[in-house]
Formats: sequence, structure tokens, C-alpha cells
Amino acid sequence: MEKHLKVSAIKDGTVIDHIPTKALFKVIKILKLEDCSQMVTFGNNLDSRAMGTKAIIKIANRFFADEEVNKIALVAPHAKLNIIRDYAVIEKKVVETPKEIRGIVHCFNPKCITNAENITTSFEVLSDKPITMKCFYCEKITSENEMIFF
Amino acid sequence: MRLAEDFEANPNQKLLQGKVIATLFFEPSTRTRLSFETAINRLGGKIIGFSDSSSSSVSKGETLHDTIKMVSNYADMIIMRHPLEGSARYASEVSSVPVINAGDGANQHPSQTLLDMYSIIKTQGTLDNINLFMVGDLKYGRTVHSLLMAMLQFENPIFNFIAPAELAMPNEYKILLTSKGIRYFEHSEFTDIINAADIIYMTRVQKERFIDPVEYEKVKNVYILRNEMLKNTKENMRILHPLPRINEIHTDVDSNPKAYYFTQAKNGVYTRMAIIAHLLNLK
Repeated sequence: MEKHLKVSAIKDGTVIDHIPTKALFKVIKILKLEDCSQMVTFGNNLDSRAMGTKAIIKIANRFFADEEVNKIALVAPHAKLNIIRDYAVIEKKVVETPKEIRGIVHCFNPKCITNAENITTSFEVLSDKPITMKCFYCEKITSENEMIFF
Repeated sequence: MRLAEDFEANPNQKLLQGKVIATLFFEPSTRTRLSFETAINRLGGKIIGFSDSSSSSVSKGETLHDTIKMVSNYADMIIMRHPLEGSARYASEVSSVPVINAGDGANQHPSQTLLDMYSIIKTQGTLDNINLFMVGDLKYGRTVHSLLMAMLQFENPIFNFIAPAELAMPNEYKILLTSKGIRYFEHSEFTDIINAADIIYMTRVQKERFIDPVEYEKVKNVYILRNEMLKNTKENMRILHPLPRINEIHTDVDSNPKAYYFTQAKNGVYTRMAIIAHLLNLK
């Protein structure tokens, strides 16, 4: 049977696979792909044996530093990265939850100073499954279901 | 602790002569502010600041960032109380001079914790093996949380929590104690269990903490410490309270030598003198 790619292949760049479908646009936002001048293609609600459905993003000519891509661990902890050179996968990476999260999410505590002043939020990650993190400023613990993204 | 002891023995040391200390109280706090200002005066420093944000440029919409930037150009140190949590930590990032947290919302009140510890060490001779009874509002009371965290640094503390279910010690602290293998016991009533206490740390049960006013009415008189209850308590047991007290310690306790809360407040001045002198490297 002829195999078709649902999202077209890229010559050089990064493919982010195994993104939960609900997290696709958050990943785009976290990686600031709205501002990316390179070709970005994505597919959502694709069939996945492991996940049922999934999303995928292909970014031409962009390669991410680990700390940059690890930011998406908050929304896509099982995402996998394929680094593409000349249509071939030359490296595979998994997303790792960073020890510190800067920006990306609000502190859920309405009385935290970060919600009143123009401050980049900062959290220490206490556990990654499920994700819980402690605000560097108010010291309150935000859990996965309380996260509000910028 | 050693410095506080030194200041208690000799309270008038003019180490702050020529220095200006800003006390920025974005919300009112009579006791803490007076305690810090007494400490500064005893050290010979000058004070600038405000005791209520309505009398500062905050009322005109100035950000905390800008207030701190400005004041740190004027003063050698900033002492601040602010209703928002994490505000003191943020101020310390913005400021070019040391910042002391005099209370940031429901988060921390570290100078209170240090004076509580100073009071414990003075009355018990040690911070190890203390059987500490905490009574009242253990859910929202930042002083009990901070004291609990501080006591974890010492050998073999035992905690007894006496509170209504609505104001019980939050689970995160109980989980922490369990994970460290530290013994704690929970009680919903004041009984002769207090006879085992080395320290009874009383706090206010505040009406506004209750969603249902009927629940408040049910418990409001359950957590009142009376003199007759102290009969069989340990000889060197002492009663602490961060103050202000409303009715949770009956006034008949005041004349009992085990009542330590007013001396505890006095210890606050020496502790705060020590904090200021330490942060400015004056001692």
C-alpha cells in the first residue's frame, strides 16, 4: 500500500511529534512559532497507535536548544523531536521536564506579586508526573490542572 | 540568636548613626512597625517611610518596582510589609540595598519567626526536643507555618495541632512532617493533653476565615486558654502568641509566670536589632 505523509516532509529542520491534540496551539505559542519566518506545517487529530490521536509540527530550518524545547514539557511531556538533515532523521530527542520554568505560565495564586506587576514568573519544578511547581516569589504550589498559560 | 542576646544585654548601641532606614508599610501593622522602628531608634538610625499606602504614591498608581527603585536611592535599608505574596522577594531583586520582609500577605513573616525562636531558646535553653502545641488558626496563620518550618531544622521536634476542622494545619505541612519522620498529633479540642507541652503557641481564630458564620459561633469559645487549664502543665512551659490577642487567652492567664507573650513581643525588638545589624554587617 502506498504511504502518504499527512504533513509534508521537510528537507532540514525539526519535527515535533507525539503532541497531545489539545496542546498543539500551546506548543506553537510556547515556541513562539507565530513569529517564525520559516515554513511551519502542522497537523492535528492524526491517528496515533500510542495516543489515539496526536498532533505534529514540522519547522523548516529551525533547530532548538534543549532548554528552549524542554519548555513544552508542561503541555506535551511525551513529545519527541526528530532533527532532520537532507530529508533524513539524524537525531532523535525526547522532551525533558526542566527543573525551572520561567515565563510560560501564570502563578495560580491571585495574591502573588507576579500577577500584579510586570514580572517574569519563575517556578521550581517539584515533580514531573504529574507536574507540580513552586512559585519562586509567593512559594505557592501550582499543579498541572491549575496552570494558566500566558 | 547570639546577636539578639547581645542587644538584650546592651540595647542602646548606636551602630546605625548616620544611616537612614526606610519602613514601607503598604498595609497597616502597628506591632511589627513599632517593633522595627524601636529597633532602629535604639540603634541610633533615622527612619523614613509610611505606615499606610494611602499616604504614599502607591495611591497614585505607582508600581512596587518604582517605589522600591526610588526608596533604595534614599535609604541604606528597606523594611517592608505588603499585602501581596512574594512582594518582598521581588523588592530585593529590584533594590540596591538590603530588604527585610516584615510580612508579605499570607506568605512569610520571617522576623516574627526569629523572635519566636529566640523566645523558645530563652525559655527552654534549646531548640531541640521541643514539644510544641499550636492552637487556633493553623490554616491561614503564616506565623505557625513559618515557625513549623524553622523548627524542622532542629533535633526531634514534636508538633501538636489544636484547631477546628475548618482551620486545620494544611496537608502540605503534614505530608512534609511525615516524609521527615517527625511526629505530629491533631486534636480538635483543648484538654489536658497540653500538660505535655514545652511551648503553647496560641493564635487568633478569626471570624472572617469562616464561610459559615454558624461554624464560627460553634468553635469561637473552644480555643480559649484559661488560667485553670495551666495547673498541671510543665513548670517551664511558656505560652507564646504573635499578638494581637482578642479573647483566645483569657486575661486571668496574664499574671501566670507561664504567660510569655508580652516578653516575646519585647524580644522582637532585640531580634530585629540583630537582623538589621547583621544585614548591614555592623556586627
